[in-house]
Amino acid sequence: MALEPAITDIAQLKDRPEVAALLAWNSGAVENVKLDRGQLIIWLHRTALRDACLLLKNDAALQYNALADVTCVDWHPREPRFEVVYQLFSTANKKYLRLKVRLQGDDPSVDSLTPIWPGANFFEREVWDLFGVRFDEHPNLVRIMMPENWEGHPLRKDYPVEGYR
Amino acid sequence: MAHMTPTPVLDSTQDQTMVLNMGPQHPSTHGVLRLLLEVDGETIVRIMPDIGYLHTGIEKTCEAKFYQQVVPMTDRIDYLCPMTNNLAYCLAVEKLLGLEIPPRAQWIRVLLNELTRINSHLVWLGTHAMDIGAMTVFLYCFREREDVLRLFEAVSGQRMMTSYFRIGGLALEPPLGWLDRVKKFLVRFPDNIDEYESLLTDNPIFVNRLKDVAYLSAEDAIALCATGPTLRASGVDVDLRRDQPYTGYENFKFNVPVSKVGDVYARYLVRVAELRESQKIATQALEGMPEGPVKADAPKVVLPDREKMKTQMEALIYHFKIVTEGFTVPEGEVYMPIESPRGEMGYYVVSDGTAKPYRVHMRSPSFANLQSLRKMCEGRLIADVVAAIGSIDIVLGDCDR
Repeated sequence: MALEPAITDIAQLKDRPEVAALLAWNSGAVENVKLDRGQLIIWLHRTALRDACLLLKNDAALQYNALADVTCVDWHPREPRFEVVYQLFSTANKKYLRLKVRLQGDDPSVDSLTPIWPGANFFEREVWDLFGVRFDEHPNLVRIMMPENWEGHPLRKDYPVEGYR
Repeated sequence: MAHMTPTPVLDSTQDQTMVLNMGPQHPSTHGVLRLLLEVDGETIVRIMPDIGYLHTGIEKTCEAKFYQQVVPMTDRIDYLCPMTNNLAYCLAVEKLLGLEIPPRAQWIRVLLNELTRINSHLVWLGTHAMDIGAMTVFLYCFREREDVLRLFEAVSGQRMMTSYFRIGGLALEPPLGWLDRVKKFLVRFPDNIDEYESLLTDNPIFVNRLKDVAYLSAEDAIALCATGPTLRASGVDVDLRRDQPYTGYENFKFNVPVSKVGDVYARYLVRVAELRESQKIATQALEGMPEGPVKADAPKVVLPDREKMKTQMEALIYHFKIVTEGFTVPEGEVYMPIESPRGEMGYYVVSDGTAKPYRVHMRSPSFANLQSLRKMCEGRLIADVVAAIGSIDIVLGDCDR
């Protein structure tokens, strides 16, 4: 099974229903699209994330009604440094979709998805704790894994594996 | 983790409520879960789970290891279903590599995964019943669990931290006679399930304790990111083994137990039905077990057989290279969700083209399912919290990673 090269050309992927729906809604919101190993990834502008999720959730055909996962990748020292990764799932169509938001390294923040899915609460707290990405309008954005008085965000790439001590 | 300053999350400004601390050392919290309960008499006003006591930074550690060295880390996340975690990670890396796995390895993976599910559900059933007060069931369940652990030990050399699945297949061919031992176990296991059910399913004390307790509606379950039996007991028919088949699950016939009731008793019934389905899948895997190799034909990724290393120069070189400098994985990223006994176990692996993963993220079912506890318990009695925790079947190692 040889690997097929990833498709990153938005023109080739614009017929995908997820991409088409987002482009029809707001073509400026979609920054980039990629089909890699059969998995579709859509990069969104950070201000468009919550509305895009609402759109994908309420679309009669797509029905991405569940949030499967929220995590983050640190691309230090590259800018934009952080990529917050959302996995959406449709319980009706049994399909996954990956959304990504790129954030600058200084004071990264993005809209919280807790108003749409209350279950985003723990995931976003984890990302805040381990990466230091803030989620605006999160009801209780405090550390969840590390002790409250911990300094730094351990999963950042400039944080050594053995810690500072 | 808020144990340093146990304050600000709940403030009981009103006179009639008080804050009660449950755990982290409490026998019914299944590990080190701490719950802050704001109670009005016996009724719960608010509930706040506090986790992180078992956080060991596995995701960070993975970034400093070769791809093959991450496999033993995955065992230690969810110590009740090590094989499921091995599988999810191996599938993710195999997808990144574009590796084809031989059918025999796939079928043994399915077989062991269902045995793992049986193992995990038996621990859940025993401890859940014990929380409710039915002590006997615990001993019965652990009797059968011991048999499953012995099967794991025979095949991998370890009872719990198996690390038996490797990137590209299995560590070894199972020992001679092992499949017969599995068959013997599977033939008598349905009788064992009947035995547990005869103790619990129609037991009026057990039923009264569970029925209409900790209700969770389908909408709430989806909104709170619940997965697995917790979601299916609320009437949402999602099972990734059927909906997103992996490692050859499309070749097996099985039902997905679903209940529309949404209380603790429904979750109990769904899991017991899953035990029976797992037995069926494992039996099918045994009957249709194909012959052939258990490792993929990829000498740069899969360690060579011991015999070949002693006779062939190339095998020795490949072995040396894999062990000392690992193998490189093409750039890309994969999210690989599979159905663990607790729900959706997803591995998100990012490769930057080197021999070490750039990022490994585990989407663990216990972590997400724990959020439903609040909805289940608020407005209910303190005693029901114990039943609710048991019914979402959390493993704190899985939760905190």
